[in-house]
Order: sequence, then C-alpha cells, then structure tokens
Amino acid sequence: MPVFDLSVTPLRELNSALHGLAAGTNDTAFEVVNPRGHHAVAAGIDAPVTVDIKGSVGYYCAGMNDGGNVTIHGSAGPGVAENMMSGTVVIEGDASQYAGATGQGGLLVIKGNAASRCGISMKGIDIVVYGNIGHMSAFMGQSGHLVVLGDAGDALGDSLYEAKLFVRGSVKSLGSDCIEKEMRPEHLEKLSELLEKAGVRGVRPEEFKRYGSARKLYNFNIDNADAY
Amino acid sequence: MCGIVGLFLKDKALEPKLGALLSSMLITMTDRGPDSAGIAIYGNDNGTAAKITVQSADPEKDFDGLEYELRRALDVPVSVMVKSTHAVITLAKDKLDEGRAALTASRPNIRVMSSGDTVEIYKEVGLPKDVVSRFGVTAMSGTHGIGHTRMATESAVTTLGAHPFSTGSDQCLVHNGSLSNHNNLRRELKREGMVFETENDTEVAAAYLTAEMAKGKDLGAALESAVDDLDGFFTFVVGTKSGFGVVRDPIACKPAVMAETDQYVAFGSEYRALVNLPGIEDARIWEPEPATVYFWDHEKAA
Repeated sequence: MPVFDLSVTPLRELNSALHGLAAGTNDTAFEVVNPRGHHAVAAGIDAPVTVDIKGSVGYYCAGMNDGGNVTIHGSAGPGVAENMMSGTVVIEGDASQYAGATGQGGLLVIKGNAASRCGISMKGIDIVVYGNIGHMSAFMGQSGHLVVLGDAGDALGDSLYEAKLFVRGSVKSLGSDCIEKEMRPEHLEKLSELLEKAGVRGVRPEEFKRYGSARKLYNFNIDNADAY
Repeated sequence: MCGIVGLFLKDKALEPKLGALLSSMLITMTDRGPDSAGIAIYGNDNGTAAKITVQSADPEKDFDGLEYELRRALDVPVSVMVKSTHAVITLAKDKLDEGRAALTASRPNIRVMSSGDTVEIYKEVGLPKDVVSRFGVTAMSGTHGIGHTRMATESAVTTLGAHPFSTGSDQCLVHNGSLSNHNNLRRELKREGMVFETENDTEVAAAYLTAEMAKGKDLGAALESAVDDLDGFFTFVVGTKSGFGVVRDPIACKPAVMAETDQYVAFGSEYRALVNLPGIEDARIWEPEPATVYFWDHEKAA
C-alpha cells in the first residue's frame, strides 16, 4: 500500500501517482500522512482508489473526485470535494466553507460541522452533515440532496433550483425563494437511504423537515415581478 | 488575496520566539500575496520609554545624525536604532508628542509607521522572507504580533500601501479583502479632519476606526460599527497594546482560522500557517463567526 509523507514528499508526486493509476491496478489503497494543511491533496482522482489522509488538509481536498473513496482523518479547508463527479469523501472532523461546491455526483459526509455555503450550486451531489451548517448553504442548488442533522445558519437555500434540503435542527432563516415543503413517502425513503449510506445511526427521517424552491425566482413570470 | 497571521502568547516562555514563530507563519502565507509584507511586534513595556517606528525612502540621508538632532531638540536621551529602511526611535514616554513634532520639523519626508509604548511596525514592498530578513524580525521577542502579506487589488503596490496600518498609539490593523465604499468614506473622513497618504482602502478602514475611537468608542465598539458602516469583504485583525482582535464581515468569504492552546492564541488566513506552532496537533481549531468581534487581552487574562 503506497504511503506518502507530505512532510518529505512533494504533493505533486502523490497526485501524479493517483492520476497515473491504470485500470486493474493492484494499488487500490493509498495512505497520506502529515498533510499539514496542504491544498489540493488527492484532487482529480478518476479511479476507484481508496485514500486515507491522516491529518487536516487545506483547500480543495479531493476536488473533482470521480470514483475514489477519500477519508480525511482530520478537518478540511474550503472547497472540499468541490465538483465531485462520483465516489465518496468522508471528513471525520469539520469542513470549512463551500464544502461540496458545484458537486455533480457522489456522496460527501461531514461528521463534524460544515461552515458557510455548504453545497453551494450543488448539481447532483449528496451531502450529509452530522453537525451544523453555516449561512448561505445550498445557495443556487440545482439538484442533489443536502441532509443536516444539526442546525442551519442564515439564508438557507437562497435562490434554490431543485436541490432537496433536509434539516433536523433549526434553520436560522430561509433564503430567497426557499420554503418548507411537505415530507412525502418518497422523501422519507430517500432520506433513509442517504442516512444509511452516510453511516448515521439512531436518527429517523421523520425528525427532519424538507426545504425546497418555491419556484418563483428561477422561472420568470411577470406576475411574480415583486419577488425579483 | 492577502494573507494575515497573528500570534498572542499566553506562555511567557515563548516570548523570545515570537518573531521567529510569526515570521514562519507569514512566510507560509506568501502564496496569498507577493506584493508587500509587514509585521507589527509588541515588545515588552519597560514602563518609561515609548517608541516611534519610522520609514524613509532615503534612509542614509534621513537617519544620519537623527539621534543627535532629536536629543538636542528634546533635551532628553533619545536612541535611534536603524534597521534597513526603518528606524526605531526610543525616548521617554512623556516626550512622545514633542518627539513627533521635532521629527516632522527636522525630517518632513520621513513616514511614521507606528508609535506607542511597545509596538514596532515594519513594512515594505517585497516577499515576506525578504521583509522579515531586512528587519531582523526572526530575532525579535514580544508578547504578541500581527503580520500581513499583500496582493494589491484596490491601489498601487507601494511601501505605504502595505499593512499593518497604524490606527493610534500601539494600535494597528491588517486586512484581507477589499472595501467597496472606501472612496466615499475617505471623503467623509477628510471632512472630519483625517489625513490620508494613499488611495488604499485599508488605510480608510484604519482611519475610520481611529475616528470612531476619537468619538469615544473603545476598539471593540468601533469594530462593531465597522461591520455596519464598511461595505465590502473584510477579515480584520487588529493589534492593541495588550492584545489582538478579529472581526469578519457578515458574508465572511475571506478566510479565517484560529488555534488555541494553553500557550497561545493564533490566527491565520489558512490552516497551513499554523502547522508549525508548538502543540498544534492538540490545539482547538475553529473559524470565527461572521459579524462578531473577538478579543484576546493580556490585561484581562491576568
């Protein structure tokens, strides 16, 4: 199992090794030690490789992940798993701002708290946060699911498209055109599935409220002019 | 972009290393801005002396004979320690105002970087590693300090455009972000009598704080007013004689990471600025909330 110590090895060597993985390779598990807040650790993975990062990382860790399973045994800086295409990213600690930004697929699990703008412009990614999220989360979220076991900050789901938001705790305020919506059986089922995938125990989907777009902002209609 | 670092020592045993630790943090932030760098170090208060840190575009000419001239003008001991383009003038506390007047009279082109009991501010165009080297920052000891590396966006790359900006006696400000209403505020502040040396937006923020405090607010209240009156992006770190403060604007796009242990409270624009601090593996790491003023103060902790 390749081990990269970023206190002695240049980050470029780690990322090159990850990018150079051929189909059917035997090196399917990587360990990274001493990340020491480096940026772009394990960015651009496009193979089904498992990466365990022992420590806290800087910006854009696992950015553009496509098929990899990345676990950060620590906290992550801004933009973790940004633009993820598929695969899984798990953060044992906290995540800084815009976690999962513009993510198109895959699952992002944050076991601590996420900061502001979590899931901004999400395009299909599923994000599950065990703790709280900060202000302006899911801003302009187009699709995908954001599940929050804790509380949400101000302006949740501002200018939302069709991303579905589930919050178990309190929501400090809703953003423009974001409203609470009815929880129907298909939502409870989806939520169950996401909680299961994210390893959440002892929490029932019924404890959550669903939030989504009122659809007055992103569909122009002259009758709604006062909403613009 | 800009990068900010700050270190407030709780453990006196670390004081001899303040300059070295802060320099290392600042150099790590070089990627965030190569245009200029500056550091404010708060040294020990010996009780009787005050310091003025000055900068000259022509240091050989301006600093030559300065010590002698000031001694003669003030009739008290004055020492001038030259460090590259800067010099630290030390004199009795009660002679500080007179000293500044004498300085302006004899050397009108000299710029005052800071004045007060304990602070020294050094700032210049250039990379952090060059700036700390020029001024011997790594050898300096102190109780707390803040540093900044600049990526100029709103105004030119000049020495005076570098941060920290002095906001008063033993007080200074560094800024990551850019203000959008600084031209308007500058006009208003000029009407109130404030004098500006640059077109820099941060200089306006510093003058704003000074003006608010002149109206009777303490620094904490002035920072709270700043959250309402300043438009734009900002993470501010301010140094005061006994501590430092942090505030972020309500949208809080500009980063801010803090670390606390029994030995120190540290600030960095990025987590990687903090990784060389002793005991960082066990430190409490968090990000300050938007629109909230945080303060750490030696006097209150005592």
